[in-house]
Amino acid sequence: MNVNQSAPPVPPFGQPQPVYPGYHQSSYGGQPGSTAAPTPYGAYNGPVPGYQQTPPPGVSRAPASSGAPPASTAQGPCGQTAYGQFGQGDVQNGPSSGVQMQRLPGSQPFASAPLAPVVSQPAVLQPYGPPPTSAQVTAQLAGMQISGAVAPAPPASGLGYGSPTSLASASGSFPNSGLYGSYPQGQAPPLGQGHPGAQPPQRSVPPQASSFTPPASGGPRMPSMTGPLLPGQSFGGPPVSQPNHVSSPPPQALPPGTQMTGPPGPPPPMHSSQQPGYQLQQNGSFGPARGPQSNYGSPYPGAATFGSQPGPPQPLPPKRLDPDAIPSPIQVIEDDRNNRGSEPFVTGVRGQVPPLVTTNFLVKDQGNASPRYIRCTSYNIPCTSDMAKQAQVPLAAVIKPLARLPPEEASPYVVDHGESGPLRCNRCKAYMCPFMQFVEGGRRFQCCFCSCINDVPPQYFQHLDHTGKRVDAYDRPELSLGSYEFLATVDYCKNNKFPIPPAFIFMIDVSYNAVRSGLVRLLCEELKSLLDFLPREGGAEESAIRVGFVTYNKVLHFYNVKSSLAQPQMMVVSDVGDMFVPLLDGFLVNVSESRAVITSLLDQIPEMFADTRETETVFAPVVQAGMEALKAAECAGKLFLFHTSLPIAEAPGKLKNRDDRKLINTDKEKTLFQPQSGAYQTLAKECVAQGCCVDLFLFPNQYVDVATLSVVPQLTGGSVYKYACFQVENDQERFLSDLRRDVQKVVGFDAVMRVRTSTGIRAVDFFGAFYMSNTTDVELAGLDGDKTVTVEFKHDDRLNEENGALLQCALLYTSCAGQRRLRIHNLALNCCTQLADLYRNCETDTLINYMAKFAYRGVLSSPVKTVRDTLITQCAQILACYRKNCASPSSAGQLILPECMKLLPVYLNCVLKSEVLQPGAEVTTDDRAYVRQLVTSMDVAETNVFFYPRLLPLTKSPIENTTEPPAVRASEERLSNGDIYLLENGLNLFLWVGASVQQGVVQSLFGVSSFSQITSGLSVLPVLDNLLSKKVRGLIDSLRAQRSRYMKLIVVKQEDKLEMLFKHFLVEDKSLSGGASYVDFLCHMHKEIRQLLS
Amino acid sequence: MATYLEFIQQNEERDGVRFSWNVWPSSRLEATRMVVPLACLLTPLKERPDLPPVQYEPVLCSRPTCKAILNPLCQVDYRAKLWACNFCFQRNQFPPAYAGISEVNQPAELMPQFSTIEYVIQRGAPSPLIFLYVVDTCLEDDDLQALKESLQMSLSLLPPDALVGLITFGRMVQVHELSCEGISKSYVFRGTKDLTAKQIQDMLGLTKPAMPVQPMRPAQPQERPSVSSRFLQPIHKIDMNLTDLLGELQRDPWPVPQGKRPLRSTGVALSIAVGLLEGTFPNTGARIMLFTGGPPTQGPGMVVGDELKVPIRSWHDIEKDNARFMKKATKHYEMLANRTAANGHCIDIYACALDQTGLLEMKCCPNLTGGYMVMGDSFNTSLFKQTFQRIFSKDFNGNFRMAFGATLEVKTSRELKVAGAIGPCVSLNVKGPCVSENELGVGGTSQWKICGLDPTTTLGIYFEVVNQHNAPIPQGGRGAIQFVTHYQHSSTQRRIRVTTVARNWADVQSQLKHIEAAFDQEAAAVLMARLGVFRAETEEGPDVLRWLDRQLIRLCQKFGQYNKEDPMSFRLSDSFSLYPQFMFHLRRSPFLQVFNNSPDESSYYRHHFARQDLTQSLIMIQPILYSYSFHGPPEPVLLDSSSILADRILLMDTFFQIVIYLGETIAQWRKAGYQDMPEYENFKHLLQAPLDDAQEILQARFPMPRLDFFCPK
Repeated sequence: MNVNQSAPPVPPFGQPQPVYPGYHQSSYGGQPGSTAAPTPYGAYNGPVPGYQQTPPPGVSRAPASSGAPPASTAQGPCGQTAYGQFGQGDVQNGPSSGVQMQRLPGSQPFASAPLAPVVSQPAVLQPYGPPPTSAQVTAQLAGMQISGAVAPAPPASGLGYGSPTSLASASGSFPNSGLYGSYPQGQAPPLGQGHPGAQPPQRSVPPQASSFTPPASGGPRMPSMTGPLLPGQSFGGPPVSQPNHVSSPPPQALPPGTQMTGPPGPPPPMHSSQQPGYQLQQNGSFGPARGPQSNYGSPYPGAATFGSQPGPPQPLPPKRLDPDAIPSPIQVIEDDRNNRGSEPFVTGVRGQVPPLVTTNFLVKDQGNASPRYIRCTSYNIPCTSDMAKQAQVPLAAVIKPLARLPPEEASPYVVDHGESGPLRCNRCKAYMCPFMQFVEGGRRFQCCFCSCINDVPPQYFQHLDHTGKRVDAYDRPELSLGSYEFLATVDYCKNNKFPIPPAFIFMIDVSYNAVRSGLVRLLCEELKSLLDFLPREGGAEESAIRVGFVTYNKVLHFYNVKSSLAQPQMMVVSDVGDMFVPLLDGFLVNVSESRAVITSLLDQIPEMFADTRETETVFAPVVQAGMEALKAAECAGKLFLFHTSLPIAEAPGKLKNRDDRKLINTDKEKTLFQPQSGAYQTLAKECVAQGCCVDLFLFPNQYVDVATLSVVPQLTGGSVYKYACFQVENDQERFLSDLRRDVQKVVGFDAVMRVRTSTGIRAVDFFGAFYMSNTTDVELAGLDGDKTVTVEFKHDDRLNEENGALLQCALLYTSCAGQRRLRIHNLALNCCTQLADLYRNCETDTLINYMAKFAYRGVLSSPVKTVRDTLITQCAQILACYRKNCASPSSAGQLILPECMKLLPVYLNCVLKSEVLQPGAEVTTDDRAYVRQLVTSMDVAETNVFFYPRLLPLTKSPIENTTEPPAVRASEERLSNGDIYLLENGLNLFLWVGASVQQGVVQSLFGVSSFSQITSGLSVLPVLDNLLSKKVRGLIDSLRAQRSRYMKLIVVKQEDKLEMLFKHFLVEDKSLSGGASYVDFLCHMHKEIRQLLS
Repeated sequence: MATYLEFIQQNEERDGVRFSWNVWPSSRLEATRMVVPLACLLTPLKERPDLPPVQYEPVLCSRPTCKAILNPLCQVDYRAKLWACNFCFQRNQFPPAYAGISEVNQPAELMPQFSTIEYVIQRGAPSPLIFLYVVDTCLEDDDLQALKESLQMSLSLLPPDALVGLITFGRMVQVHELSCEGISKSYVFRGTKDLTAKQIQDMLGLTKPAMPVQPMRPAQPQERPSVSSRFLQPIHKIDMNLTDLLGELQRDPWPVPQGKRPLRSTGVALSIAVGLLEGTFPNTGARIMLFTGGPPTQGPGMVVGDELKVPIRSWHDIEKDNARFMKKATKHYEMLANRTAANGHCIDIYACALDQTGLLEMKCCPNLTGGYMVMGDSFNTSLFKQTFQRIFSKDFNGNFRMAFGATLEVKTSRELKVAGAIGPCVSLNVKGPCVSENELGVGGTSQWKICGLDPTTTLGIYFEVVNQHNAPIPQGGRGAIQFVTHYQHSSTQRRIRVTTVARNWADVQSQLKHIEAAFDQEAAAVLMARLGVFRAETEEGPDVLRWLDRQLIRLCQKFGQYNKEDPMSFRLSDSFSLYPQFMFHLRRSPFLQVFNNSPDESSYYRHHFARQDLTQSLIMIQPILYSYSFHGPPEPVLLDSSSILADRILLMDTFFQIVIYLGETIAQWRKAGYQDMPEYENFKHLLQAPLDDAQEILQARFPMPRLDFFCPK
């Protein structure tokens, strides 16, 4: 540190340090390590001093700031190191930088021992220590902006130094920037990013992020604080405030509130960027400090300049929080990857929070279900409903009963308990699981769910060892694993008959539109080969699934493809008003037996309808027909419907075009999401009763009323795919890929899922694609490995910490070979009497999954605005509760977020901005309905990336580096026009090409010589034999492989009109449809919280 | 002068007409006192190899209410080129084409021997014959196989441009599209749902979708055939296809649980067939040929439930009002029959099953449309196979002996009115000046529609003399009747056959003997029998018998000669002598007696009775019994057990059945094998003679009678 502190600056700081010392020293102490940075800091320091001087007069800042900002960015990296040093050496610089540094380290430590690092940071950290998780974001508007600038360091110092410093710091930072000139390249604001190179490592530290927050905040805030005056308060608070909190800038007293101080301390941004935890200090927005902030703002113009790099900052300077200062999803994800990706997650311990969904990790099942099957919003449940109410944190589990596992993890063992069937508790019917207590020497067992004492059947008897465990516990999956399957006996089957293997029925729209778009021909061609890949059980040689074919327009055509026929027979049913199945024998056939006839049929279909002029279609009768066919065959199965247009032909389920954009933002908007007629629900109910799952592929050219058509797939556990304006040339790959995947995926049929819980809580609400005829049983005509059910729990009694809470999810289903099975997932959770425990064991991704589903269901019955407000309110309550009960006391102006939930605002904002809750002008009613139903059965990983897309820079890292590049935050500010980025959200995939990308890159990626020659909207990258091309294509492939749906690539050129579309996915920015930017939303959230607290 | 017998016979041969009275009582009052109404049996299309049709159109009386056709009875003024209508006395100009007419250059229709003449209408495009097969697939495999073969065989008998269609039914009804390559296509309907004609046509895509796209005129006529041709195709085009299709027909695949009847949707199948033709070829000759192997068991027109333990209705059930489906089913089929008749199509029913098949309910379909009804035990019998084949028999010109869509119009001179008709026809409800207020049979009209007829189809037509007693007809006056039959010949030509007959009026008071002598007791018996059977359809059996008895008594009272209190003195003249005997047999015939017959059988018998010509009808009323012996040629013997003698062979023909009965001795000889010994060749001949005769009858009759061979042990 000392070194860096470029002699000059240091001194000044040094002086101020005194104050800090206490803080920083401690905190920094740990960090000193970072040496490299020093130099840069030096630079800062240089300027800083000047600032400091200025500080007194608010005005002075302006100049300073101007100078500083740029530096900040550049400095970022350096700064950190430098700061670190500073921290040690000089309080001021140190703190800020140190903070960052620390955080990094800290974060890691958090992972293991959360706060450790934090601790390093003086007072502030300590507080964190306990709550390691929480990140503080000081919200000081001014600070924020400033923070953007390298300022952080300075501010810190400033803080340390005293009020004056704060200002100075800010300004100082700027100057630095100037000095650092070079750094700026990195782009000041993004410092975090700019630093990337350097940061990465630091980031790795992220875990500390939480810890960071404090420091960062500290740094920046300090200054701001000072400015605001509140310092005293803030300080008091801030210091205490754990990293998690974001201190509102103004109030914070410089000294204590390392965090607080933050506000002015532009530095925070840096931190923030790296680690969310930080407090953004936006005096303006949150704090009372506003006045001053604004002032800052103006003075800072310089900051703006910093911003210049990002651009946007300038306009809003006054109010803007530095984006880098606020919790960054990217950082959190990176941190978690680094910290938790290497060790397998062992499920043996109750109430463990699993790694994030974005982290690759192995799971070892030692008695609890893998997080791949079940994820909870919190792994520590409040003991009482009062607590739960207070916290407002929804208690929910996201269950994916048939989740696919990576090849390294074994799929659940199948247990056969023989004729008597699976062993269950006599009273609550829970299935034997590792939590059952064997007593009386093993002759009886006590149910862990209802405490009933049951006899152990003689054939199941086993002695207990000295710990009370059965001797054979480890030989029996149901006694040692979290997930396993039982073979079901005939008692578990419909009509007490073992099921017949299921059937697939392909129902193809052959109306004019379908034929003309080439869909029919394409599909028939594909089916010929696809039928060889029907899902099969384990090692079976061929699939037991039988297939049938129907085509339709205004009438239905069934096909008899019995193997004995010389040619297929077509049977037309025109009586769509009263649908029935015209044949029994020969409709559902074994593929290999009837191959010749089927092939002949698939050859014929496109020919037969090649000249059709029928444009009208029916829909409900088609579903009905499929269902009746399965009923007649007495089996479960799946319908694959390929449909093109609004069913306007005279028939049940006839729909009219009711698309009306005028309804948006009115009380009637909800009708756009509701089905037009109840007929589809009734139909769906019948389908469920028959175990008939419906997958719908839509190829609309215009409004098809997805809201109504998707009712049946939705209630039967099916999927909806939508290909607007389908053209074979453009959409073939996407459609075929989805189709292949959909046909091949393993499905459980005719399933019933029940979630049992130990006394004290119970499952009260369910979200997903299924039907419920009573309040407990989730009925799924079909369930595949992508479908997820979110279950909400409520208290109905007290829980106790000792026993914890148990969940058992039992899924009874028919495998694709026709075997009836029960899949059991068990999960034990902790219970707590302290709210802090709850907040420490939450999972924001899961929470967002729940909240999104809750909101998306809400739009069916309430105006969208109400839904949005509810979400915001709930979020505010959650955070306010934390602030009130868990965070160490701090100024009211400080935004303090729990470490585990520091991303809640950003994610929630994404949900609020999603097309369902805030449609843009280009979003159709169908799109909204489509997305709405998609989200309903998404798992946590899918919602995560869906709401916060991944933005991957492709040309930043060396070509040789084959690992996936680290993502950047989804904001236009993060795009550099000299680079190429890939953006994906699980449904869409964009390749954004900056306008000034090197020609060589263009050449090697697109095979054209210049940017202008790239075709906008291109959906396929040319196959070129060079490293970059291979790498990018490889990356695209691997991204696609990760998602359950094929993402069509769209190449977007900077400044092109397609860019509008792309920008929609830059979710941290203000959206065109009026969605708030992350920063703005955070401010808003802070305001809400403050209101709640006051 | 020829005897009345000869006169009657000549008239029948020339005009296909037999009157109950050949001299007519001249007043209403007297006519009613004659007991047997003035009526005739008309065989409209009686085969006349010697009568070549003329290739021009008839000349009509210009009076709009008359429109009688120029005939030999008209007064013609050759010089003025005028003719006077003999029905309304309107004077008419000959059309220009007749400019060259003179006493020596008469057109055919004025020549006396052309009292029956046939015109060929040249206008209008010829419409093809249409055969729509409606096939039950709920058959035993043997039966189905036999039926398939018969159907395939029939294809070869159809003229190449005839249109054919195929509908199969079981639990579902399938309308097969015949022009598909590479895939066989059919439209399927649920067998339980009654559909309106419009629905059926919509579902088959027969209705033109409102064509907003191109209202181009020329397109329309082109598309017309293409639409209908999906289901009805010229045989020469789809011969192979259809043969294969028939070959691939499978039994109805839906499982039939133990103790149940297969679900058979006959009602819907017929309804769809009717709707299909209605939508595509109204007023074009078409046969719907229904082949069924059991009763309809579901949907509209169901006759019995599918529970085997509940038997199909019997006469007993009907009397007890226990036939729960009968009324509804009958209504359904009547509705169909009426629609079919309105469209000029006819429905045949070929029912082959051991049990009843619901002919009682379905009878109106053939009865009202002139279709055939064939009943057999199995499709796999020669009885069915040959009967079916006979439908497609051809006349000397190589044309099918069937005609379609006929309308029969009756015109009478003023003293007469027409009271009704009994036969395979429906009323066209044309009220004209010659329509009587009293109805006998289907009355209240002067025109009837006969959708399907063949050369033997015979109607009973009943008249009423309306001349008042105080308005005497001048001596030698004649009453005239003109029968005009428009029809579609099997060569697809439209033709008109005109028969004009006249009979003398006679005053009963003074000329009773004349009238008596001109009584045609055979025709009278059949005409009375038709009335009786017609009544029996709606009235209680005993009432009909009582009515018949009373008529007989009144007739005897009127024409018999007897002394009071002296039964032995009763005498009837020759022309009446057989009449009581006919009535006797009629009383105990299956047409009036239901005992020992199922309702289906009764319907079957009555159906045939109402359409056969006089000779066949008489056989039905009074079976023929011939006795064969070494003592001479076969001789008719009494229908009495006394006719059974040991050394005779009996041949009985009841129309529906032919029985050969060997006397005891004959049987023993045969058993001993004498017929194989050269020296007993005469015995061989004796054995062979009735067989040959039976064969001859079999060859000529439709439907094929059952041949039984009795041989006492």
